[in-house]
Amino acid sequence: MSTAWTPAAQPDSFVFDAASEEEIAGVLCKYPEERKASAVMPLLYIVQRQMGRVTGSAWVPVVAMDVVAQRLGMASMRVYEVASFYTMFNTRPIGRYHLQVCTTTPCWLRGSDDVVAACQKATGIQHFGETSADGLFTMTEVECLGACANAPILQVDDDFYEDMDAERTAAVIAELRAGRRPEPGPAINRSVSAPVGGRKTLLPSSTADQK
Amino acid sequence: MLADKDRIFTNLYGQNDWRLEAARTRGDWANTADIIARGRDAVIAEMKASGLRGRGGAGFPTGLKWSFMPKQSDGRPHYLVINGDESEPGTCKDREVMRHEPHKLIESAMIASFAMGAHTSYIYIRGEFFREAEHMQVAIDEAYAAGLLGKNAAGSGWDFDFRIHRGAGAYICGEETALLESLEGKKGQPRMKPPFPAGVGLYGCPTTVNNVESIAVTSTIMRRGAAWFAGLGRPNNAGSKLMAISGHVNTPCVFEEELGVPLKEIIEKHGGGVRGGWDNLLAVIPGGCSVPLLPKSVCETVLMDYDSLRAERSGLGTACMIVMDKSTDIIKAIARFSKFFKHESCGQCTPCREGTGWMMRMMDRMVQGRADIEEIDLLEQVTRQVEGHTICALGDAAAWPIQGLIRHFRPEMEERIRQYKAAYGSTGLVQVPAGGVPAAVE
Repeated sequence: MSTAWTPAAQPDSFVFDAASEEEIAGVLCKYPEERKASAVMPLLYIVQRQMGRVTGSAWVPVVAMDVVAQRLGMASMRVYEVASFYTMFNTRPIGRYHLQVCTTTPCWLRGSDDVVAACQKATGIQHFGETSADGLFTMTEVECLGACANAPILQVDDDFYEDMDAERTAAVIAELRAGRRPEPGPAINRSVSAPVGGRKTLLPSSTADQK
Repeated sequence: MLADKDRIFTNLYGQNDWRLEAARTRGDWANTADIIARGRDAVIAEMKASGLRGRGGAGFPTGLKWSFMPKQSDGRPHYLVINGDESEPGTCKDREVMRHEPHKLIESAMIASFAMGAHTSYIYIRGEFFREAEHMQVAIDEAYAAGLLGKNAAGSGWDFDFRIHRGAGAYICGEETALLESLEGKKGQPRMKPPFPAGVGLYGCPTTVNNVESIAVTSTIMRRGAAWFAGLGRPNNAGSKLMAISGHVNTPCVFEEELGVPLKEIIEKHGGGVRGGWDNLLAVIPGGCSVPLLPKSVCETVLMDYDSLRAERSGLGTACMIVMDKSTDIIKAIARFSKFFKHESCGQCTPCREGTGWMMRMMDRMVQGRADIEEIDLLEQVTRQVEGHTICALGDAAAWPIQGLIRHFRPEMEERIRQYKAAYGSTGLVQVPAGGVPAAVE
């Protein structure tokens, strides 16, 4: 419901490329033939990824929604509904890198305000939803990302950068700007969601003998 | 406190490989066909006897839920749908299962599906968990290649397919009927119940929706027995549970712990203590943002399980606690949840669609103190009007954190209002000004 829908300049046509067609074939066999409308979300993802691959901006133009509707035998309006309901479908062009900052309470308690400020400083973006002047970054405020034990989280496209602070955020953005993807996961010395300083359960001595 | 030998999720931290070969050394897929050979009724009886209650928040007995599925198919296929749409603020436990224990989940899904007469299971994974879905897909491909899925899965005589469906950023799809709508390719708007999914679910067929963790523990319960599982925890609150600690503790983490352990002990042991020491504790939200918070006085003694937290007018929820120390602006912390629920309301029911926005705006004023003291009662009253008047529980979930705040921190709210009045005079204007910023009034 809360997705902003502002008309953007739309391309005239959209055609799935060969890589996308291969993915679509894999998706369609997951659902019963007469229920292929189930594939609408996967197909919108495929559109979005193809747009990212081809144009450098991962978004879903209206004409592509029509193509998806046709492919799945749905009314176009049903596809528009889905594309505008779910926040992960970008209905407007975005930057090359999508900076998604979680600001929900668990991240906020651990300093997500600093992460937001660092993103603004490093990219020149003033407000959520904007794209930087160089077209490289779009910053979005997202709701809980489901990795609260590693808060605060900065999601860049598909990857979670965890245990962030201002300095580490700036470092990630600098790397992206240089065309490199830093290693996702905790930015501090810790293994996934185990406590800092090493895990307190599942210790080697006790699990080795357990099958 | 749970001993390592009683842990179900032995690769919780991904300290070992998550792929098939390594999963087999941990006991997954060991004798699946033998478990299936015990028969459908035996599996459900075992699950009932284990006392397992749903791990997604509501705490409904899992074995009982399974028994609601029709015994005989009327020609419609049955489905098991696994809810991996983990989006409740504070909650981050299923993510570890999906990325580090995918085979435990797939094998358990097969056993559960067999018990419910389902040949197909879908797992709905929240869209942001892209890497977790990748792990799941690799695990599924491995299982198909090894003959553990597909026709005569794992040599059991049962045909079983397991498929992933990814969400796309809607919290509401964690509600079971919204999830089914989404899986059918629609907006995630909850359905009226009845009919319940066990009668009319996915594609109009009998369906059971279970949380990832509820399903994932199945294989271990079947191997080690209901008595073992029921021996952990407390009566009516059996077993171990994945939990997480986030917020103001020294070592936030995810872990598996026995139910019925004192909250304080859990924070001290797993969380490494509250930042600045126990006396610096302000409040704990024990199970994801939709359960009411607990003030420090309650945290001293309360046990982490369904019934103990219910008795304190809160809830176990997902058992993923958010700890806040005395530096926290508690009103702002809860106001952020109001914003969350406003963002995530699907817009179907008027009390929720309008109420969440109304509560958010009211809470924003409470953060500033730009309100009258009587408006606290008005706010409370509105939460009561939203609660219980919506198709799904999102309306309740939006109301409860505010009710908890008013119940335990009303003096702080009143103090904030008094401070604002002292600084800016009478509030006079209570409408949000166009700029939306705390401006001096008059």
